[in-house]
Amino acid sequence: MTKDSKLMIVLRGIIMENPILILVLGTCPTLATTTSVISAFSMGIAATVVLICSNVVISALRKVIPDVVRIPCYIVIIAAFVTVVQMLLQAYLPDIYEMLGVYLALIVVNCIILGRAEMYARKNSVLDSALDGIGMGIGFLLALILMATVREVFGNGSFAGLAIPFLQNYKISVLVQAPGGFFVYGAMIALMNLITAKQGGVKRKSFSCEGCPSSGHCQQSTACASAGAVKPTGDENHNEEA
Amino acid sequence: MRELILILMTGVLVNNYVLQQFLGICPFLGVSKRFDQASGMGIAVTFVMLCATAVTYPIYEYALKPAGLEYLQTIVFILVIAALVQFVEIMLKRFIPALYKSLGVYLPLITTNCAVLGVTINNITAGFNFLESMVSSLGVGLGFLLAMVLFAGVRSRIERSRAPKYFQGLPITLISASIVALAFYGFAGVVENILKV
Repeated sequence: MTKDSKLMIVLRGIIMENPILILVLGTCPTLATTTSVISAFSMGIAATVVLICSNVVISALRKVIPDVVRIPCYIVIIAAFVTVVQMLLQAYLPDIYEMLGVYLALIVVNCIILGRAEMYARKNSVLDSALDGIGMGIGFLLALILMATVREVFGNGSFAGLAIPFLQNYKISVLVQAPGGFFVYGAMIALMNLITAKQGGVKRKSFSCEGCPSSGHCQQSTACASAGAVKPTGDENHNEEA
Repeated sequence: MRELILILMTGVLVNNYVLQQFLGICPFLGVSKRFDQASGMGIAVTFVMLCATAVTYPIYEYALKPAGLEYLQTIVFILVIAALVQFVEIMLKRFIPALYKSLGVYLPLITTNCAVLGVTINNITAGFNFLESMVSSLGVGLGFLLAMVLFAGVRSRIERSRAPKYFQGLPITLISASIVALAFYGFAGVVENILKV
């Protein structure tokens, strides 16, 4: 496998392997926190910070952590950083802490973070892992903001809390509610399919277990296989199967 | 008693974790292709949620709270859940092989299911007592099962229908999930009115 340049590692997370639009990881916070641009932005930043820190630590400890118990180790590392972020937000930005609520704690089980630890950080150097974290984090953040913009502008007639005069009279309020979340996400992925198809096509993995962080240990179990999932590649370079 | 029924029904219908709160989306989309798998996953999640609540509630109330260590909640809960899932798996394998065969395959997937961690944290945040927490977890679990089973039915139809080219696969699945979620909107207020709370 050829080594990518440093810039490529960052760019890959933002565009070609965008965690939300291409890899389809971390769907829960995506749907839940994109009701407003501000909450999407805070969620994106919080997750990015945790992702970069955990990627760095996991990569630094990759020779120390025994393979058999790696998942619990990763979870402890990630949970520690999530707790740090929680405490910082609670102390300095209590409004945002209230707004994100339970989803802040749930960064622990965010598929993106555990997924990157499993797929990338445990096989690559500290610097590369940090860059991967930055790229993936920015990709996550941008996709969240994009989706939140659509939902807030058309659903609530405002952008980042600022009312847009004309749209105030034509709110499609279902967009900021649960069904709208699924709908906008589906439409965005369809749009992404259209764009990537024109450029020769990035093959999206049929989504099932391979994105899920436990894919490592459920490789042996039959749940994934019988669900018709492609066997998780575990490769650092996911696009190779395209 | 009325309160308990209200908590239960809220979990099942009004506050459905998958369709209204977006928790546990990964298994909802990943394992809902076939009816038997969807129901197996739903039952396994309900079971783990009940076990997890039974363990995490006392830990929070009698260990973390008196010691002033509430901020360790996240890290302790996820570890307890991970250990618990492993434990349940081993126990089932050893003592009830038949049940292990039907549920065991889903257990590793549940460790990192955000709905399980979410329900234990929400129970604490809502200030429930032990019984209320258990009932709430049961409700949430049944709600998850209901959503999985309903959606498996919807999905078996989608698989056979012809979606527009770029909507095939994931996008059309999400859009049908959106319509199923819309249906659950009808339950808002119903439970409160029936029980006159």
